[in-house]
Amino acid sequence: MKVLVAVKRVIDYNVKVRVKPDNTGVDLANVKMAMNPFCEIAVEEAVRLKEKGVASEIVVVSIGPKACQEQIRTALALGADRGIHIETGEEVQSLEAAKLLKAVVEKEEPKLVILGKQSIDSDNNQTGQMLAALTGMGQGTFASEVVVEGEKVNVTREVDGGLMTVSLSLPAVVTTDLRLNEPRYASLPNIMKAKKKQLDVMSPEDLGVDIAARLSILKVEAPASRQAGVKVADVAELVDKLKNEAKVI
Amino acid sequence: MSILVIAEHDNSELKQATLSVVAAAKAVGGDIDVLVAGENVGDVAEAAAKIDGVNKVLVADNAVYGHFLGENLGELVAEVGKGYSHIFAAAGTVGKDFMPRVAALLDVAQVSDIMRVESEDTFVRPIYAGNAIATVKSSDAIKVVTVRPTAFDPVAAEGGSASVESLDVVKDAGLSTFVGEELAKSDRPDLASAGIVISGGRGMQNGENFKMLEQIADLLGAAVGASRAAVDAGFVPNDMQVGQTGKIVAPQLYVAVGISGAIQHLAGMSDSKVIVAINKDEEAPIFQVADYGLVADLFQAIPEFEEELKKVI
Repeated sequence: MKVLVAVKRVIDYNVKVRVKPDNTGVDLANVKMAMNPFCEIAVEEAVRLKEKGVASEIVVVSIGPKACQEQIRTALALGADRGIHIETGEEVQSLEAAKLLKAVVEKEEPKLVILGKQSIDSDNNQTGQMLAALTGMGQGTFASEVVVEGEKVNVTREVDGGLMTVSLSLPAVVTTDLRLNEPRYASLPNIMKAKKKQLDVMSPEDLGVDIAARLSILKVEAPASRQAGVKVADVAELVDKLKNEAKVI
Repeated sequence: MSILVIAEHDNSELKQATLSVVAAAKAVGGDIDVLVAGENVGDVAEAAAKIDGVNKVLVADNAVYGHFLGENLGELVAEVGKGYSHIFAAAGTVGKDFMPRVAALLDVAQVSDIMRVESEDTFVRPIYAGNAIATVKSSDAIKVVTVRPTAFDPVAAEGGSASVESLDVVKDAGLSTFVGEELAKSDRPDLASAGIVISGGRGMQNGENFKMLEQIADLLGAAVGASRAAVDAGFVPNDMQVGQTGKIVAPQLYVAVGISGAIQHLAGMSDSKVIVAINKDEEAPIFQVADYGLVADLFQAIPEFEEELKKVI
């Protein structure tokens, strides 16, 4: 079966985020960018499904400026077969991303679509669920285990109270949580091979999708910073402070 | 304006998060209705009717909603919610699952995990794991919003007398079925709403050592949490994780034990009123946010902490 994986180019998770002085956003100039960590887990899961003989082809798609092709190539080096880049210089929000992905789903007709549960920049946690709703598919969100059996996929989900397993009819959407797998690193030969793999570029207009944003960001500020308090000498002083100064016990 | 709040519950009890979501709805203003969707939810509906400030409680009681499957809830809430100006739900794993479906079905954007209401169409929310705070304005006719419960003081659970209306709307999308669940059983308070939280990190070394924290939790009436490092290492289950991708907590007292204070962890607890850090590494970043820091070996400090607490409680 064909698996579609969506990946997003975001600020590298190790980079310290700085808000721009004019409060219009976060400073991304000359900052290291990378594949969103949850998307790496999505790629890894697809590759494992292929290694198990469950997936026959992995198509990876990304939306954004030309530089996104780096992340598509990374996914190709990790084991995806073919890439699709929906190129736009505009900011694409979750609903519009879901509509673009829906158009890709209609062309490619994958049995399974795997996405990260959220991107570490906008932290929305929306696109997978929106895609599922728009395409009329079931969804296994925040997945910690994915088992494909015939025309069904069983997804174990990380929920507030523990774990919950649902069975979905294929085609379906899965969004990944942290403990689904540990992504591998791409080997040098595979990085070289990835450069030759097919990568199709299209625009939102080609797909007939209006990507005008519905949400406008009025300002972005740094969070109120917490001041470091005092160091206590021992446990007795700590308990005394909690009881008599902070009055929280 | 009219706001539909989707109640958070487990079919038998209304969760406190609902009271915080109603508080967020009150900050918008207008009539507030609460939708209780689930299976055998009579008690929950009764509790929802008593919430201060609620106009009407709508009840969708059917087996198709019993496990809160996002596909079914999404269709239900999109149908019931289309007559409202706002649809609010808690940003827990249930709300995060079905609300984007509601937004997509209504062809509107969603605003996730709000911390503050600026006006009827403008909300404040964290981005980049809380390292930046965005003020976001929605131009859509219906505002679909998930609310960070710890950011809003809950309204009173008693004092209201809303009417209760039963809905005959059964939406079975037929896309998913419930197979099973493994839910943590605990007599301790719920992590997300506990007044005191004591969390352990990689420094705990193994799951067995979390018993030391549990004993203190039982003394204080606290919940026990963990850092991602402790969960990834398999010491404790995922539902105990505090942080950007786990639970967001803001208790009166947060005690971090053997937690270095990775940015992802701080994103989940830095709104706590008082933070205590116990760590043997005095350079650990957790000390930069702690009100009281104790540089000590936790295996000595924690038993001592328990003894000292017994003297004063």
